[in-house]
Amino acid sequence: MTTLYNNARLLDPASGLDMIGALVVHEGKIAKVSNKVFVDSSRVDSDIIDCGERCLAPGLVDMRAQVREPGNEHIENMSSAQKAAVAGGITTFAPLPNTNPVIDDVSLLEFVQRRALEIGLANVHPYAAITKGLRGHEITEFGMLADSGAVAFTDGKHSVANSLVMRRALSYASMFKRTIVQHPEDPYLASKGSANEGQTATRLGLSGIPSAAEVIMLERDLRLVELTGGNYHAAHLSTAAAVEAIRQAKKRGLPVTCETAPPYFALNEDAIIGYRTFARLSPPLRSEQDRLAVVAGLADGTIDAIASDHDPHDPDRKNVPFSQAAPGGIGLETLLTISLELVHTKAMKLIDLLQRLTVAPARILGLPYGTLKVGGDADLVIFDLNRIGKVAPERFASKSRNTPFDKRPIEGRVWRTVYRGNVVYDVEK
Amino acid sequence: MIKANSQTSTLTSANHQHKVYPHHHLLGIDGLTKLDIDHLLNRSEYFVKHNQQINKKCSNLQGRTIINLFFESSTRTKTSFELAGKRLGSDVINMSIESSSIKKGESLIDTAMTLNAMHPDVLVVRHPESGEVQLLSQKVKCSVINAGDGSHEHPTQALLDALTIRRRKGSLEGLEVAICGDITHSRVARSNIHLLLIMGARVRLIAPPTLLPSKIECMGVQIHHNMKSGIAGCDIIMMLRLQKERTHGSFVPSAREYFRYFGLDMNKLQAAKPNALIMHPGPMNRGVEIDSLVADDIKRSLIREQVEMGVAVRMAVLDLLVGGQGKI
Repeated sequence: MTTLYNNARLLDPASGLDMIGALVVHEGKIAKVSNKVFVDSSRVDSDIIDCGERCLAPGLVDMRAQVREPGNEHIENMSSAQKAAVAGGITTFAPLPNTNPVIDDVSLLEFVQRRALEIGLANVHPYAAITKGLRGHEITEFGMLADSGAVAFTDGKHSVANSLVMRRALSYASMFKRTIVQHPEDPYLASKGSANEGQTATRLGLSGIPSAAEVIMLERDLRLVELTGGNYHAAHLSTAAAVEAIRQAKKRGLPVTCETAPPYFALNEDAIIGYRTFARLSPPLRSEQDRLAVVAGLADGTIDAIASDHDPHDPDRKNVPFSQAAPGGIGLETLLTISLELVHTKAMKLIDLLQRLTVAPARILGLPYGTLKVGGDADLVIFDLNRIGKVAPERFASKSRNTPFDKRPIEGRVWRTVYRGNVVYDVEK
Repeated sequence: MIKANSQTSTLTSANHQHKVYPHHHLLGIDGLTKLDIDHLLNRSEYFVKHNQQINKKCSNLQGRTIINLFFESSTRTKTSFELAGKRLGSDVINMSIESSSIKKGESLIDTAMTLNAMHPDVLVVRHPESGEVQLLSQKVKCSVINAGDGSHEHPTQALLDALTIRRRKGSLEGLEVAICGDITHSRVARSNIHLLLIMGARVRLIAPPTLLPSKIECMGVQIHHNMKSGIAGCDIIMMLRLQKERTHGSFVPSAREYFRYFGLDMNKLQAAKPNALIMHPGPMNRGVEIDSLVADDIKRSLIREQVEMGVAVRMAVLDLLVGGQGKI
């Protein structure tokens, strides 16, 4: 079967391509990328989709999303998560292992992979835990898990606080060429805190998490990377100090990468005013100065990637006093549209933004996705760059509604998502 | 006899240049020369034959007293030394001191002083802390043999390994030897690395990075993290014991994962030379570092032979230190 995506603005951040043209998909693979637009389409022997000069890019690669299956399927199961992903233009995502039970064993990893294949709307490459039960003490079977397809290792929303365990994890993972992904937060400084330590938290009477909690853990880890030579990735950076620490580490040539998530460049700590529990995140929303540093880090490439940091919760865990609310917000369906704000505010060029959303995270995880290379899987997102709208959680495919971007005006909309040549999301249907 | 007690070297030279084996103690392989080792191995060959006789008793050490002082549990090494001493005609006393009941520092020295006052001729000492045997040797007049100190040295094990290899391969020179497993905690590995390099063999270490001590490559060895590429073209594969308590997520996540990547089985063994030989200092953890099929393969496994050589090597060491003045 052959499909022609005609009259599209083709954007391939891996090669820097940005032109009006057409893309041919044959048997689920990209067969041709052409700078010609077919005017007389009756002469073409294939299905034709007229993209109307919309942007056509590789499907997004989201390296940090939580699915609550197994354990809490009523909050998010594999089916709702994949539907939400493709509605957001994401064709590949990496779920965290913090399910119940924790993904710390080959059989559990295989369960997640099997469930993902049964749904089959997107590529799912699960992480496995760094430590058994995410308890931070004993490392898991990295070799067997990596051989079974664990894309990398992380303790999810937990920091590996014990330096010796982290040292051994970095060292042991290097043997299997896998990256250790850390939630950089000193658990002692962060304990009992529910918001960024500062003016806003103080006025609201909330206990704070200092921004130092992030950079302290990060800088410790960077020393351990220097000691072990292991590959390291810092997840969802939120502070100016952490961005600067990564910038310096990269200058020193350390094998480190990092990512952030839309809340950390689109919102600041004032979003929690009114005790909005949907804006209670982990790490917490930071100061405006931190937000600007994250934007600058994205623009200059210090921050390699943007992830959705999708963290669904049911109302029972959000309709409670702020300090008791579960931290986290959903993000699959707003990843692209919120990120496009960086383009509309002229902080970044579109092609650079797409690089952070596609090929950069794919490379960090060692996956072959995120490009429009001929011969590669036809995983695509086609989107309107300028269409005006609003974040409308009531129409979300996700089972949860806890977005910090509720009713936010947006500019940009996913029009179609294509996975292995099949249209898996169509905004008009 | 004038004795020079060196504080820094692991060996103490006696001032007897005419002696073939010019040392008063055997504290480690580090510091021995090729000549010393050749001499010890040649003397050991003599005792191998001697031990095959019906009457294994001789009088080389008649009237001498040997004290086996073990601060750490041991079965084969202690038995081997005891047998060696008795076959040489000496009196052997075993002292096992629970490590929990002794305190380090002063009390060790006190023990040494007490024993010294009883005028033994040889102390055979094993201690869980690196360097403690050397410390003790500085406090006593008699010869001290290191039967294993912490993660430092176990010289008689390296010598018996060398003897076993030499008897099979003729010489150690030019051999490719792989040492696999828990290098970090292994005194056997360290003694063997020294000995093999002195004798002209090439040494590769195969282990996960968590079981390799930092800068070990500075000893002159190659490092491998992959068993198959590590043992490719090897003549000798020495397996090391991995203690079970180290396989629960600290150094290694589990015994099954360790076995999958670092356990020696017939499949991985195919990468080595077809006539490659397998060694293990014992006691083995079958199914952790070695598969039973490999361990019990009479064509490839030297494990039982190593034990036999152990007695001969210890007789040679005792004889050369305090026996019949080193004549062959």
